[in-house]
Amino acid sequence: MATEVTSDEQRSRWASGVLPYAKMGYWNPDYEPKDTDILCAFRIVPQEGVEPVEAAAAVAGESSTATWTVVWTDRLTAYENYQAKAYKVVSVPGTDQHIAYIAYDIDLFEEGSIANLTSSIIGNVFGFKALKSLRLEDMRIPPHYIKTFQGPAHGIVMEREYLDKYGRPLLGATTKPKLGLSARNYGRVVYEALRGGLDFVKDDENINSQPFMRWRDRFLYCIEAVNKAVAETGEVKGHYMNVTAATMEDMYERAEFAKELGSVIIMIDLTVGYTAIQSMAKWARRNGLILHLHRAGHATYTRQKTHGVSFRVIGKWMRMAGVDHIHAGTVVGKLEGDPMITRGYYKTLIGKKYDADPSIGLFFEQDWASMPGVMPVASGGIHAGQAHQLLYYLGEDVVLQFGGGTIGHPDGIAAGATANRVAMQAMIQARNEGRDYMAEGPEILEKAAKWCRPLRNALEVWKDVSFNYASTDTPDALPTPSY
Amino acid sequence: MTFHLTQGTFSHLPPLTDDEIALQVQYCLDNNWPLNIEYTDDPHPRNTYWDMWGLPMFDIKDAKAIVFEINECRKAFGNYYIRVSAYDRTKGRQTIALSFIVNRPEHDPGFSLTRQESHDRVIRYTLRDYETDKPKGERYKS
Repeated sequence: MATEVTSDEQRSRWASGVLPYAKMGYWNPDYEPKDTDILCAFRIVPQEGVEPVEAAAAVAGESSTATWTVVWTDRLTAYENYQAKAYKVVSVPGTDQHIAYIAYDIDLFEEGSIANLTSSIIGNVFGFKALKSLRLEDMRIPPHYIKTFQGPAHGIVMEREYLDKYGRPLLGATTKPKLGLSARNYGRVVYEALRGGLDFVKDDENINSQPFMRWRDRFLYCIEAVNKAVAETGEVKGHYMNVTAATMEDMYERAEFAKELGSVIIMIDLTVGYTAIQSMAKWARRNGLILHLHRAGHATYTRQKTHGVSFRVIGKWMRMAGVDHIHAGTVVGKLEGDPMITRGYYKTLIGKKYDADPSIGLFFEQDWASMPGVMPVASGGIHAGQAHQLLYYLGEDVVLQFGGGTIGHPDGIAAGATANRVAMQAMIQARNEGRDYMAEGPEILEKAAKWCRPLRNALEVWKDVSFNYASTDTPDALPTPSY
Repeated sequence: MTFHLTQGTFSHLPPLTDDEIALQVQYCLDNNWPLNIEYTDDPHPRNTYWDMWGLPMFDIKDAKAIVFEINECRKAFGNYYIRVSAYDRTKGRQTIALSFIVNRPEHDPGFSLTRQESHDRVIRYTLRDYETDKPKGERYKS
């Protein structure tokens, strides 16, 4: 019987004991990623004394096949195929951070499962002791894998056709106060905001079915408000019925009732989990309701630059999972959002095929292979006086949610809604006429305010409100003449 | 409170003048979006298919010529709703990019909302334009 000659090198690779991950094949600077590979960019801060390359290899190992020691059972597999490969490590100037680029073979992942994808990529590795901190910055998902997901239940194009609203941002508001209103009073807010000119009103993320207002009662009063406002304007309108609940069975029950009432849209919170989101996305496509996702809880892991998962990755997963709307930042409002980073999020949600662009935080190119876009939602501390900035930063494929900026209007909720609608339409008109609406914005609004009293009063009340704080999450790269 | 139909991109602004319409039309032409003109006397929000004023103007690149067509339509259907829509055929879009009303009937009484009580406090809503009881072509006449 012929025996295979084993080199010293091979023998030492398989000797029992602990071997650096880089030596186990998880570091391969010569590797050329295949078109079908899933690529990840991680921001890593190694512990003192750990080489960046070894830290990157450890991330690749722990997020694919490796464990802490050599196992002979690896040799029962085509392990070269299943091992993730760190193929590039770049240090971030002026910091102790490095960007590690890692390639994963498509065979590592179950088709159409966000749960499986994320259990691999972020499952174990974030608690790894050899790293001080870790952040998943971006992923390139190849079309081969994209095509195994449903994607948005309807997408932006179908949503616009369904709602018969074109050429402008959609306008919404979240009912305030978030908690405590009875169903009857809650519906009043919905009715006033819709008849005044908004397209949507929204349940807040923590409005589910509490003692002060049970879900079924809320749905009944809200649909009365919606239909009454539709009759008074002749325009399609909706209220996001939040069906978030403790179990899938409860969520389906609430969603079925929203459908029976003829609601055009339902909503869920990110807190329900990836699998529940995918289930609701399938339900939404099957039943013809738009699916809104509130990103409740995301900032616990998206905000800090050296920890967690960037929102651009969450946005990508949610587009694959199949939601139609997702909150993605306002730039000018009360919540975190650097303008360039936010632009990158919007591109992730809407873009069809685009190149890497470090100036907006995109580490990789991405081809969405005809998967429809998700409508970004901008919510939190925005008002009519910012119409030019909102249009400039966020574009027209967006839902602008003016909660306080509608309900807090001195002349009432309907007047607040009218102010927002007039401000945005005046700005769209000016932009289309070719005017420099960003520079002339205040002047354009003042002119509309001459004939629109609700807008005049809105501008007066909120004229000095802005939220100018430094962002915690900003791009590494600044555009230079050579870029 | 008189009824005001708020469909369309600019429905909350004062009626656009012909010069303002021409500027919007020019914006659409600059984006390579062909325009079409439609009219109706049934503005129910789920009435998607208004009557077409000829074919979409794929080959007209002159804003003035399109405003001329709008005015021809106004002459023929002065007491109807008339809208101008621009179409974006870009892959992945292939839908309307801008749509706005350029003519309204002098008086529109609006919609009634009929409530039919159903089971367990559920109500079935029906939206009906007061004018659509009359035959097509006979509406909005005082």
